[in-house]
Amino acid sequence: MSAPRSQPVNDTQLDSAGLARRLSQTWATPKGLWGALTTVDHKIIGRRYVVTALIFLALGGVLALLMRWQLARANNGLIGPDLYDQIFTQHGSNMMFLFAVPVMEAMGIYLVPLMIGTRNIAFPRLNAYSYWLYLAGGLMLWISFALDMAPDVGWFAYVPLSGPQFGAGKRSDIWAQMITFTEVSALAVAVELVVTIFKQRAPGMTLQRIPVFVWAMLVTSFLIILAMPAIMVASTSLILDRLVGTHFFNPAEGGDVLLWQHLFWFFGHPEVYIIFLPATGMISAIIPTFVRRPLVGRLGLVLALIATGVLAFGLWVHHMFVVGLPRLGESFFTVSSMSIAIPAGVQIFCWLATLWDGKPVMRVPLLFVIAFLVTFVIGGLTGVMVASVPFDTQVHDTYFVVAHFHYVLIGGAVFPLMGALYYWFPKFTGRLMSERLGRWVVSLVFVGFNLTFFPMHILGLEGMPRRVYTYSEQMGWQSLNLLSSSAAIVLAAGFALFFIDLLRSLRRGEPAGENPWNAATLEWATASPPPSCNFVHIPVVTGAEPLWENPETIEVAEGLRADRRELLVTSLTEARPVARESSPRNTIWPFLAAIATTVMLIASIFTPWAMVWGAVPLAATLIGWFWPKGTPEDES
Amino acid sequence: MKERVVMQLDALPMHGRGSDSPTMWGTLAFMLLEGSAFALCIGIYLYLLVLAPQWPIGALPPRWPAGTVMTVLLLASLVPNYLVGRWSRENDLARVRLGMVIMSVLGIAPLIVRVFEFRSLNVWWDTNAYGSILWLLLGLHSMHIATDVADTLVLGVMMFTRHGSNSRRMGDVEDNVLYWNFVVLTWLPIYFCIYWIPRL
Repeated sequence: MSAPRSQPVNDTQLDSAGLARRLSQTWATPKGLWGALTTVDHKIIGRRYVVTALIFLALGGVLALLMRWQLARANNGLIGPDLYDQIFTQHGSNMMFLFAVPVMEAMGIYLVPLMIGTRNIAFPRLNAYSYWLYLAGGLMLWISFALDMAPDVGWFAYVPLSGPQFGAGKRSDIWAQMITFTEVSALAVAVELVVTIFKQRAPGMTLQRIPVFVWAMLVTSFLIILAMPAIMVASTSLILDRLVGTHFFNPAEGGDVLLWQHLFWFFGHPEVYIIFLPATGMISAIIPTFVRRPLVGRLGLVLALIATGVLAFGLWVHHMFVVGLPRLGESFFTVSSMSIAIPAGVQIFCWLATLWDGKPVMRVPLLFVIAFLVTFVIGGLTGVMVASVPFDTQVHDTYFVVAHFHYVLIGGAVFPLMGALYYWFPKFTGRLMSERLGRWVVSLVFVGFNLTFFPMHILGLEGMPRRVYTYSEQMGWQSLNLLSSSAAIVLAAGFALFFIDLLRSLRRGEPAGENPWNAATLEWATASPPPSCNFVHIPVVTGAEPLWENPETIEVAEGLRADRRELLVTSLTEARPVARESSPRNTIWPFLAAIATTVMLIASIFTPWAMVWGAVPLAATLIGWFWPKGTPEDES
Repeated sequence: MKERVVMQLDALPMHGRGSDSPTMWGTLAFMLLEGSAFALCIGIYLYLLVLAPQWPIGALPPRWPAGTVMTVLLLASLVPNYLVGRWSRENDLARVRLGMVIMSVLGIAPLIVRVFEFRSLNVWWDTNAYGSILWLLLGLHSMHIATDVADTLVLGVMMFTRHGSNSRRMGDVEDNVLYWNFVVLTWLPIYFCIYWIPRL
């Protein structure tokens, strides 16, 4: 249907107030339940993702506290071994699959379209679908925990423990399908982000001018696209072994248990960078703003991101040093594991140089950056240590490893994330978070974290194994464990204060205005929170720090329609405008498709035939999704 | 912040085709993603093969006729597929309609041959790990054929409705053509693994 039903309205035909009104009408999400279920606005979905992930963070934190309570003294009888197994599995799976990856992607969903000057993410309906799937997977895992049927085989679900012989009941099946839910959703978001960054950048935003955070999300998205199929293949083969009697991991019939470890860590190691690279992007966004100068070595930083992304695929075997692989292979993976310190070092020194050469203003986001630098460097150093086979053989499966990865994951990703939330909260909500409370949060979290996790290095060197629900008094681990557990209360108080500040600032935070930090990137060129169309006119970019080049005026383009959802498609490298493309309206179909997918995946745990009959409603909802609706967005 | 207009966009086309189309880039990204999954499954096949004292494990190699018919059929379908792509770029609705009917038939036919293929593997999925990976490879590829056939059928029907004359639909057809090429090309290494490696 190429004939428009009503007269098209161009943005040049309206005055500025009329245009803003018309655009917010066109792009609006109606209030109420129907609006909530049908929205495809990347800001609303991104916000939802962040809030959901933070709730999972809090829940996972409660599990961590339970474990610390249990380990606070020797022979503690608070939690029995079965529940303890469920708790540490749930903690790890929840933090990796329901918190860390989704929250990083969520920040990308919200920020990338704003930072590159477009009106919505590419494939917004897929974005809505991905959120509902993520929510369904998270609910499934936590409801199974409430029913005492949560996975109990560790977050990496090694066979044969998770296989049909030893993993009785449905616990491992729930783990495997939780993977399917979260990975489908993560993969969908990765595809959206790649296409958004490739094709929807504001005119003039050449490759050199893409904000470093956006580069980080781009590299991360490619890591997701190349690594996550491995865990989907792995969890699918696992569930097939369990449900229909295949033998992928059964040595008696030609299968192999190490195959699982290869598949899992081929995903699992890039996973670390999927979490860490967005965090480095956040650091690269925060530092220039608070030291009032562009990043030193911007190109080097971007190349380091890409190098880390490539190297990430050559490291996985260092998780398997004690399984008895050929020595030559182990040496290769030691070298590649150590070499990742090079791009990481390049990034650290670029940030230090930027801090050194600038005039740092010590606001809360920058304090989190400092906390990150200290903590992450310690975690990086122990990383270089465990890359060595003899050392790793000694500390494998001990608390040393637990200390190491909490230093790189909390220090390397959660601290930057908290800084980023303080930094972008005013953009999300229009209000600033509290500077005073924020300083308390940084201090409590930094001190609490180091006192909780540093002793674990020593405990690990003393031989305390991971995943034990208790230990005897004679081992001499009591005092360090008690220190760690007591400090965990400080750490938890820091997080509690952080959540309190978030809630308090929603209502009572100081009004922020467009650009409270006087930052340089495009998300600060629009209102806080941004209008439903993001930008009334698409900005035109002439440099890497657009808002610093001309703080008074912004150059824009006009000629887009105001009566249909229209955004600008630009060329891949030069970002020359090539087409006006429409963006879908709000629709219920992604929600229905997600329900159909959920029914199919959960039912398949109980009968493989669900994959057959479950495909029928799924196909029906997908056809409803794609069938043209005859709206102005359909015109060509 | 004050705005200064420096660029006019109203002369641009109202949607992008070819490399200007976000959907095409999305299709490419999904091909990369699913290609990784295929590569990993082939990796599993080779991994199990290296471990096994003999290959195939406890079975005769698959009987080759069905798989070879499949290969010929899929390769032959590339010709009309290419033509449909060209017609859609030329916005030739009548020919695209014809092409979509042909491609629907050429999509369903391999699914029928696939049934015979499963039956000529000489092994069940639960016989041993060799059988498991054969069924996984074939199953994964069948899912891709089925998905594309469903897409082709729906799009084919759409081309006969009032929505067909929209140039947007021609873009959809182009993406469908692109994806079918992917489905055919991924079959070749799988065909080699299943039918030829056990005979090498």
